Amino acid sequence: MEHGSGGRATGDLIREIFEAQFDNDILSEMEDAAVVPGDVQIAMTTDSFVVTPLQFPGGDIGRLCICGTVNDLCMRGAIPKYITCGFILEEGADIETLRQVVKSMADTAREAGVQIVAGDTKVVDGNGGIYINTSGVGFVPKNIDIKSKNAKPGDVIIVSGNIGDHHAAILSQRMSINNTIISDNAPLQQMVSSLISANIPVHVLRDVTRGGLATVLKELSVASQLCFNIYEEKIPVDLQVESFCGLLGLDPLYMGNEGKLVAIVPQEYASQALNIIKTSKYGDKANIIGEVCAPDNVSNAGALILNTEIGGQRYLDILQGEGLPRIC
Amino acid sequence: MTQIPELVDYLKNYDGPAIRLMEVCGSHTHAIAKHGIRNLLSDKIELLSGPGCPVCVTPTSYIDRLIELSFQENTTVVTFGDLLRVPGAKESLNTAKGRGGSVEMVYSPMDVLKLAADNKYRIYVFAAVGFETTAPVYTLLLDQAILQGLDNIKLLTAIKTMPGAISYLCDNGAKISGFIAPGHVSAVTGSNYFNNLAAKYQIPFAVSGFGAKELIVAIYGLIQMVLAGDNSVKNFYTSVVEQENNPIIEGKLNKYFEKADVTWRGMGLIPESGLLLRQEYKQFDAGSRGLDVDNKMNNACRCGEILMAKVKPVECPLFGKICKPSSPQGACMVSEEGSCFNYYLSQN
Repeated sequence: MEHGSGGRATGDLIREIFEAQFDNDILSEMEDAAVVPGDVQIAMTTDSFVVTPLQFPGGDIGRLCICGTVNDLCMRGAIPKYITCGFILEEGADIETLRQVVKSMADTAREAGVQIVAGDTKVVDGNGGIYINTSGVGFVPKNIDIKSKNAKPGDVIIVSGNIGDHHAAILSQRMSINNTIISDNAPLQQMVSSLISANIPVHVLRDVTRGGLATVLKELSVASQLCFNIYEEKIPVDLQVESFCGLLGLDPLYMGNEGKLVAIVPQEYASQALNIIKTSKYGDKANIIGEVCAPDNVSNAGALILNTEIGGQRYLDILQGEGLPRIC
Repeated sequence: MTQIPELVDYLKNYDGPAIRLMEVCGSHTHAIAKHGIRNLLSDKIELLSGPGCPVCVTPTSYIDRLIELSFQENTTVVTFGDLLRVPGAKESLNTAKGRGGSVEMVYSPMDVLKLAADNKYRIYVFAAVGFETTAPVYTLLLDQAILQGLDNIKLLTAIKTMPGAISYLCDNGAKISGFIAPGHVSAVTGSNYFNNLAAKYQIPFAVSGFGAKELIVAIYGLIQMVLAGDNSVKNFYTSVVEQENNPIIEGKLNKYFEKADVTWRGMGLIPESGLLLRQEYKQFDAGSRGLDVDNKMNNACRCGEILMAKVKPVECPLFGKICKPSSPQGACMVSEEGSCFNYYLSQN
């Protein structure tokens, strides 16, 4: 508990664990607030990370908390620049784990091209948990207008890779199921900036996180009041994730990712956009999974329709409640 | 060899006598909705959802008892996620948790072992809901609880068995031409489990898997049986289901559980339609006997008739109005396996 007192022990913790990894000119000034340069339109976001287990195949809470905030900024077409982080450590948190988490944050921030410019640590009673909040600022280039209601009839829907990996990796670890599924947590700034610098007029970007692909697409179809048609056999799912979900009665369409995006682009840019995503880091399994249509009747405004492998149609809604295992 | 698209064409264009098929497994209800099968069938073929979703058939007094336990000193209720939002007489476990009830969600009953071992002074009550399929897992949990000396694990059971419910439906005038028999249950019990029912009620049974193609094949096969008057049990899920039961599982079930008359939500007490812990293991029972009261939160809810396929979800006055997945008034709108939930999704 002493580490959260604000006194010498706090200073030791900050110096020993955080400064060593997060060293940069702005942070090392140790001021109450970071002053950063910039005179463009900015994007801001914040997110809190409470995942258990703290470390999982393919990543940890440190990598996750940088990716989550970086990706949120990217989804508005922003170039992520600065990040702040707030740690809430429960009493008994393992220092070695914390060290590794902080190193992951630093490594991931470097990969994503962002600077960690401010931070805070609190220690509370508890059972050794580590919780992290990150906030981020990004710069939005001129003439970029990417938002969820911008989909237009005729647009194509691209997903940047296999769905459900992160959720399946976390669940496997929690349930002590041995497999080689790894989390896809990854920063997507390179993918997004490649799209923008190639002048693809991207209408919508959204990262596929909690609630999974179906929830994200349903939110987008409702936002635009258009009808989204997607095709089951075109949606990329890793075979192992598919069987894992099959065994547990889970649906990959509702399983979360932490390094995948949905891009909605005009039809004439479809193959160029797909190519750019596929050749970006973390995008090799990308595919065009469907299209945006003008609703043919009132009830199809805002509908998300999955065309199944046998030619059936299924109306998808947002995830209700938790992602559930089968009990029968 | 007939191909799937040909079977789909047949089912789309079927123009023979009207046929009513019932699936009695919640996972089938879910799979039929998931694969969009209902809108591939001609108007002459009706698929009805029977009482096969475990949380849908659990009476309100069971939920109320869990809520009561969650407020009991030093006690935590441990449950699968889909029970959390099921309404009891007044509220759901989720609401109770919000008021300070101790409720934990797990993905596997075996997770209770770790909880109980980490805190031996706290009682962990697992909400053991399910059918023949889930019951074997509870026997494994009991095996381990005994082996590890964890006497702070208890079960509040609501375990149902299929034949009692199917008999009840047939005895009470449900007009059904054929049953799509539950694939998971049959994997445990063997397909012969349904032979007596088929003979007694002169109704065909088709055991089916859960994939789109498997369901199409089984539905096609069942229709051929109906048309031919072949009132037997046919297994269309041979990759998993055998004719005979699994003797190891049967032995385990008989060790811990005995047949009992239990109450089904909206249907009442059905003789020998469930399993309760035997007297010898009553120390593991958190009070599962006599949970027969079934007071719906909203009296207009027609769950019972829907479970018996007497009315369709759309015929319930609450359906789609105040009863939606986001504000369920009855259990059938809560579960992914519930008929109202799946009807709602296929319409919206």
